[in-house]
Amino acid sequence: MALDDIYKETILDHYKSPRNKRELPGAVVTCTKNNPLCGDEITVSANLEDGKLLEVTFQGSGCSISQASASMMTESVSGKTVDDAMSLAGDVRGMLGGEVEADEDAFGDLVALKGVVKYPIRIKCAVLAWDVLQEAVSGGGAASGAAAH
Amino acid sequence: MSGGLDAEAIRRDFPILRRTSHGKPLVYLDSANTSQKPQQVIDAVSEHYSRHNANLYRAVYEIAEEATAMFETARIKLAGFVGAPDPRSIVFTRGTTESLNLVAHGWGRRFLREGDEVLLTDMEHHSNIVPWQLAAQVTGARLRYLGLEADGSLDLGALEGSLTERTKVLAVTGQSNVLGTLPPLRQLADAAHAVGAIVVVDGAQLVPHNPVDVAALGIDFLSISGHKMLGPTASGGLYGRLDLLEEMDPFLGGGEMIVEVLPDLSTYKEPPQKFEAGTMNIAEEIGLAAAIDYLEAIGMDAVREHEKELTRYAIERLEEAGAVVHGPKDVELRGGAVSFWFKDVHPHDLAQVLDQEGVCVRAGHHCAQILMRDLGVPATTRASFYVYNTTSDVDALISALARAESVFV
Repeated sequence: MALDDIYKETILDHYKSPRNKRELPGAVVTCTKNNPLCGDEITVSANLEDGKLLEVTFQGSGCSISQASASMMTESVSGKTVDDAMSLAGDVRGMLGGEVEADEDAFGDLVALKGVVKYPIRIKCAVLAWDVLQEAVSGGGAASGAAAH
Repeated sequence: MSGGLDAEAIRRDFPILRRTSHGKPLVYLDSANTSQKPQQVIDAVSEHYSRHNANLYRAVYEIAEEATAMFETARIKLAGFVGAPDPRSIVFTRGTTESLNLVAHGWGRRFLREGDEVLLTDMEHHSNIVPWQLAAQVTGARLRYLGLEADGSLDLGALEGSLTERTKVLAVTGQSNVLGTLPPLRQLADAAHAVGAIVVVDGAQLVPHNPVDVAALGIDFLSISGHKMLGPTASGGLYGRLDLLEEMDPFLGGGEMIVEVLPDLSTYKEPPQKFEAGTMNIAEEIGLAAAIDYLEAIGMDAVREHEKELTRYAIERLEEAGAVVHGPKDVELRGGAVSFWFKDVHPHDLAQVLDQEGVCVRAGHHCAQILMRDLGVPATTRASFYVYNTTSDVDALISALARAESVFV
């Protein structure tokens, strides 16, 4: 098992140069969750219109896997409908659980997260951003509340 | 040789140190988590199952008498190892967590009242916090915490104000599992006794690495984790002052801890059997006796000296490499658990890279979330040492850090 199985170039790139890592003034939904095991904490903010995610940003701190996953998440769901984003979130969870074969066309950069499957204690780190997004758009984040994991 | 201890010779007794990990020699720097086991301990456990396996006390045949004698010999050895004057004051348990729960339940729930206070410190392991929270919720007692100085030592200036006539228990670690800090136990015990409180010491990290004498320290309870001192997992015990063990409630009820069982109540045996319900961890405690023999042959003063040298070396090399080391820098004031923060590489990322280099360290909050908040970090990376570690292990750690830096920084 080699190190670059998990720390693929794409992951390190998103970790070192995170996309959409900023506040989103006037965000329609915001939600924060943390992973007490690692101390990872992620806030996801999004603007929604007609069931579509117009702009999605994140803030927070944590290990490279949690931060890279959040960065990739914001890129991959911005512009999608909430339903499509949730469906993608389900697929990412499936891939991390080893149940769904990663399809590079559908997953894009996200396919880099596949290496985490071999490191069970890191899966929670990779899933965190997706959990926050889901909670944000399902109404849990309307009042920018913080939800402890 | 260092500090009168020949680590290279000791290493040959530990079969696991001959294996590799990810194709690299195994560099085990996580003894504060659990220690490795010498062949002598492995053999003692195997010998028990091969030749003497039987349940204790109740059987009248030869092998049961042998098992009972070896189990009770282990109790005498453990008592001697921590300076307990009477083996009856040693209760066998699966380790520190069970021991501290036993005290919080058997003494805490029995004697704490509403308005009483239990004084803890900010550097306690969760196993010396949560059992007291549970006892406090039932009794209405309150928990207070003694804070830390910037260098990771206890804020002794606040001690006087924190100990009042309401304080019934001072529960403190003997050696921090994160910072390595060695609190001044005798001074704390005297101050606590002056207000009528009992003193409970979490000895999980203290006992494996230091000469310990409960009588000289003047403490009332001490938890002991056998698996951190070369013994099997689920070996260990609790030292308790005999008069306190006598007056407190049992913890687990069941076979072997009773004298007579009636429909509505039972009478209990005297300590320590009062606290040893059901079939005990016989092979494990017999294995622990072999671990004690092993440590006593080295000498605990030599163990401590060896770890001081390694700790001094590790702190120096880590700081040179650009790491921030938590806790006291003076090795007289600390043990060999060295937590650090390295160039903003998250501890879990760091530990993962170190693992690929065969280097085993712990990353996380170390079951000390209150302390992590004090330190202002989500987690730390911790290297910890024991009798089989050498300066080469520290060098391997430092080289692996450079590898991590090349990946993440």
